[in-house]
Amino acid sequence: MSVLVYIETQNQEIKKSSLEVASYGRAIADAKSTSLIAVCFGLEDSSQLAAYGVDKVFVIPTAGDIHFNAERYSSTLVAIAKAEAVDLLIVSGSANGRFIGPLIAIKFEASYFSNVIGLPTAYDPVEVKRSCFTNKAFNHSISKKDKVVISLSSNSFGLHEKAAEAAPVEGTYSPSSFSLEVVTVEQSSAKVSIADADIVVSGGRGLKGPENWHLIEELANVLGAATACSKPVSDMGWRPHSEHVGQTGKPVASNLYIAIGVSGAIQHLAGINSSKVKVVINSDPEAPFFKAADYGVVGDAFEVVPELTSKLKALKEA
Amino acid sequence: MKILVCISNVPDTTSKINFTDENRAFDTQGVTYIINPNDEFGLTRAIWLQQQEEATVTVATVGEASCEPILRKCLAIGADNAVRIDAFPEDGFYVASQLAAYAEKEAFDLVITGRESIDYNGGMVGAMLANYLEMPYLANCIQLEKEGESILLQREIDGGKENLKGKLPLVIGAQKGLVEEKDLIIPNMRGIMQARQKPLEVVTPIESEASSSIKSYEKPPAKGHVKLVDTGDIDQLIDLLQNEANAI
Ligand SMILES: Cc1cc2nc3c(=O)[nH]c(=O)nc-3n(C[C@H](O)[C@H](O)[C@H](O)COP(=O)(O)OP(=O)(O)OC[C@H]3O[C@@H](n4cnc5c(N)ncnc54)[C@H](O)[C@@H]3O)c2cc1C
Repeated sequence: MSVLVYIETQNQEIKKSSLEVASYGRAIADAKSTSLIAVCFGLEDSSQLAAYGVDKVFVIPTAGDIHFNAERYSSTLVAIAKAEAVDLLIVSGSANGRFIGPLIAIKFEASYFSNVIGLPTAYDPVEVKRSCFTNKAFNHSISKKDKVVISLSSNSFGLHEKAAEAAPVEGTYSPSSFSLEVVTVEQSSAKVSIADADIVVSGGRGLKGPENWHLIEELANVLGAATACSKPVSDMGWRPHSEHVGQTGKPVASNLYIAIGVSGAIQHLAGINSSKVKVVINSDPEAPFFKAADYGVVGDAFEVVPELTSKLKALKEA
Repeated sequence: MKILVCISNVPDTTSKINFTDENRAFDTQGVTYIINPNDEFGLTRAIWLQQQEEATVTVATVGEASCEPILRKCLAIGADNAVRIDAFPEDGFYVASQLAAYAEKEAFDLVITGRESIDYNGGMVGAMLANYLEMPYLANCIQLEKEGESILLQREIDGGKENLKGKLPLVIGAQKGLVEEKDLIIPNMRGIMQARQKPLEVVTPIESEASSSIKSYEKPPAKGHVKLVDTGDIDQLIDLLQNEANAI
């Protein structure tokens, strides 16, 4: 029984979270002594997948669909999974990955696990560790079905190269009985999205107002980071909702999370807990964030942040 | 228009998460329950449609009798009737199959679930329910407007938004943005009084088997102490991030 990964692309490039999924799929295929199949939609050059241990790539021509189509993509993936005797199918933790994961699972009559961290700890039946209670805890789940769909938590496994053939095969695009039509896509002006970012710079109410956000943006620019904010900041309209992180906003699992003027309420921390390194800059030494952070500066953001930004800039230019 | 809003009963966001029974069960002691925040955004959107389009709004949950207070709260917010499918919500698949069995009989035009519940974070009930009901599904829905026979929708995607067009019937996964935080309806006295008279029906579950089970829980390892850097020594912070944390 082989392993199948869904590879997401953007502007003809494979997304990093999908290379992570391929790396993860390879490790599972090795553990099960089987082959790894990848499926991608409308990608012209899939050769990069050879470096991540993919044995065979189905490249699906998407007819007129230039946008992600959850209904047709999930049907296509399930058709290939059935034809190729797949029993484990993996998607990323991206917005599209989480959208399509449960659709695949129900069509494939598989069990579904989202937010999975690390390789399965058993295969017969499949047992996984996943985060729950919005990162406040983990649980070990066991599949009751013989087929499983996993959505891998982004940045939890990393990229691991392994040479393979990645032989391309042209696949067939499944029809769908109903669909929602994508009219337009608005890309935000931010260069890096929170989901894809290695570094996230986040601002809270301590920044006093939207007019001060250049402090956050300049630091983010130097670091190539995405910008984020606490919930009240987005509720007050200082920043767009898409930047709201935490239990009721977006989860963050970056390598580095820098929180500036954020108190560290339990709901905020829940969402950013799985970031690897956490830095807090806050004028109040009693702010709860200091208990959750790896590094901290007790100080005024309006002084600390410009200094940090200019020193980092000097370092980059050196 | 008939709307179903699926409600999950979840621990309050400030709850301390602990486990009992040798880490095999969630410790409900001292935990207060709330309407899952994502579901509450969806419910508010449904109430607006009720007012604008004369829609009827049904709320449903799969859960034991202990869930009834949050259903009453939904009625106080403005839902017309509530349904409790009397079963322990074992996993998302099980919940979706129970909701589908109920919804199939009622011919809803719009089914709203939350993007995910904040306790088990499965993020699957909406998609699975849509598949059972043979309706399209839209995850991470941040806008829903009726325009004649069409429904204009918006989905949050990584790094942007997608604008879509569709028709009813439809299932969406709601989240903040569909309505704003300030728009959430706080029940008033009249709503609370009326809620007591509104129907809350208890439905027997169908035969269905969960697709997974939880073997055990664990809490994240305790965090080490924060390393504090003096405001006068930002170079040290940069050095630590570069050489100790390998983060920049
Ligand atoms: C149901 C529910 C869900 C929630 N979900 C979320 C969520 O998903 N995400 C989220 O973020 N919150 C969430 N919250 C809100 C949460 O409880 C907090 O209210 C919120 O996180 C606080 O935001 P803040 O840290 O920006 O503001 P505050 O708590 O006001 O903190 C501001 C901080 O800035 C510091 N400060 C002030 N001036 C300066 C300065 N000059 N320099 C440096 N520091 C300064 C202060 O010391 C303070 O610590 C939720 C709440 C509820 C009830």
